[in-house]
Amino acid sequence: MEDCIRLDHINKSFAKKQVLFDVSLKVPKGCIFGLLGPSGCGKTTSVKIMAGILKQDSGSAYIMGGLMPDLSLMAQMGYMAQSAALYPTLSAYENLKFFGSVYGLRGSALAERISKVADLVGLGSELKKTVSAYSEGMKQRLSLAIALLPDPKVLLLDEPTVGIDPVLRKSIWKELYALSDQGVTILVTTHVMDEAGKCHRLAMMRQGVLLAEGTPAEIIEKSGAKNIEDAFIYFGRGGVSDES
Amino acid sequence: MRVKAVALRILNQIRHDKRTVGIIVVAPLLILSIVYFILDSGDSGYDIGIIKAPDSFVEALKDNEDFDVNVSYYDGELAEKAIRDGEITAAVSIPNDDEGMADYSDIEVLIDGTDASKAARIKSLIAVAAAEAIKKDIPIPVSFAEPEIQTDYIYGGDDWSLFDNYGAAMIGIIIFFLVFLIAGINFLGERTTGTLQKLLSTPIRRGEIITGYALGFSVLAVLQSSIVTFFVVYVLKMPLEGSIWLVLFVNLITAICALTLGMLLSTLANSEFQMVQFIPIVILPQIFLCGLFELSGGWEIVGYFMPLYYTTDALTEVMLHGSGFSEIYKDLIVLVCLLTVFMAANSALLRKQRSV
Repeated sequence: MEDCIRLDHINKSFAKKQVLFDVSLKVPKGCIFGLLGPSGCGKTTSVKIMAGILKQDSGSAYIMGGLMPDLSLMAQMGYMAQSAALYPTLSAYENLKFFGSVYGLRGSALAERISKVADLVGLGSELKKTVSAYSEGMKQRLSLAIALLPDPKVLLLDEPTVGIDPVLRKSIWKELYALSDQGVTILVTTHVMDEAGKCHRLAMMRQGVLLAEGTPAEIIEKSGAKNIEDAFIYFGRGGVSDES
Repeated sequence: MRVKAVALRILNQIRHDKRTVGIIVVAPLLILSIVYFILDSGDSGYDIGIIKAPDSFVEALKDNEDFDVNVSYYDGELAEKAIRDGEITAAVSIPNDDEGMADYSDIEVLIDGTDASKAARIKSLIAVAAAEAIKKDIPIPVSFAEPEIQTDYIYGGDDWSLFDNYGAAMIGIIIFFLVFLIAGINFLGERTTGTLQKLLSTPIRRGEIITGYALGFSVLAVLQSSIVTFFVVYVLKMPLEGSIWLVLFVNLITAICALTLGMLLSTLANSEFQMVQFIPIVILPQIFLCGLFELSGGWEIVGYFMPLYYTTDALTEVMLHGSGFSEIYKDLIVLVCLLTVFMAANSALLRKQRSV
């Protein structure tokens, strides 16, 4: 399978503090790829570099074979930031309409797309409300809807299910699987271990270093642990099993 | 297309923010009205106390054609107290000479010199009145030719007030100030809420973001300067010698200049409060150095580096001197150069985040 997202030896520092150390990873097409790690481990930085909105110090990021950043590739990508990046004084509909037109959608195609993604995240009847009146979970869903607007081939989701109730979380995962079946490549970051188990492939990250990569089953098997959480601890120690 | 989307979004944001709309519409009218009443009532009247003076002098003082003089009588000691209490600004005493005639060579004046220009004017009022009185009291056999002044106004007229001079500059200052602040805070919010990053993850070009901002705020600036110009010309009766379209055009260029500078400086601020802190550094010096006040040579050169200097010059030329485009194009060229520099700097700063 071709690699849809590829990071090659990425290094990145913020004001002398290095946050990514030689990070390389490959995400095959149509895969749901989980980037797992505690907050501050460099997940968000990695995603931003993939999205083309942060410059790495060295190394390269490729999306669908093209070197990022590239505007024609960005037109086929959906990015959802960790904190809901929305215009609070605008209504949800105005937010969707704005980002839709930035992606080049217009007229009836835009209206159709808006109602489709809004229904997908369960906000179809709440679009007239001003975003500042939204709950955190609703904002999160709206952000996801905006990421889905361009009908992307690649979805980069930074902690998409934080603050979303279990019922809706389940339906969002169902939608992610459906998209992946259609060939959409999805990269999801999370610090929730049980969510990581739902991904096709998984990479574990800690303090800017990629620890392990593979399917959840492979990772568990390799570490000899019972579950992903224990596997994470195992790799976090540098491959030494828990003696206690 | 994307430019239009950004512009529409900005206008929507402002439209939803009732307080900002209020500030854009009401604040300029309030400021201009206050300045109008302060400057227009500046020469409302002069209160002068008389300790001792011949009637002919008092009559001459009161009959001044150009200024309104109120006269009241005080005993020697009380006059000083009245000045200290603010009842009168000056007190005059003209003693008699040995023959019982008023001795105009020995006029004593007590004066409150807090407002130097007012004090100077009162002194000249007294001198003029004394000269009048002498002429009446002492008939001079030889007839002097009365000085007769024929005034032809090159600019302005005898019905122009002090406000008319300041009003033109005030329009530019208000537009610059409000657009700078609103645009700066808007763009700051875009950075702090993460929407700028989200926007940069879409296929929009850096130039499209900046142009979209310029377009959105241009609409706002045209709207605002129309309101302000209309108010100043039709309600406050300020003269408008030149074309109103040229006034709006100058205001538009000024607004884009303020917008791009506001966007640029917002990158140095981390909060709205820090944005407001730019007012004493960026706005106030421009108000003092833009040509509104007479400056000594050195400071005038500092003014040459400030956008508002050129706006003030252009607005004064058009509104008060009736100049056309050919007289103000140099000002406009400088403003366009400044805003181009600011725009390029903005684009360069965005380039730090995304290289395309």
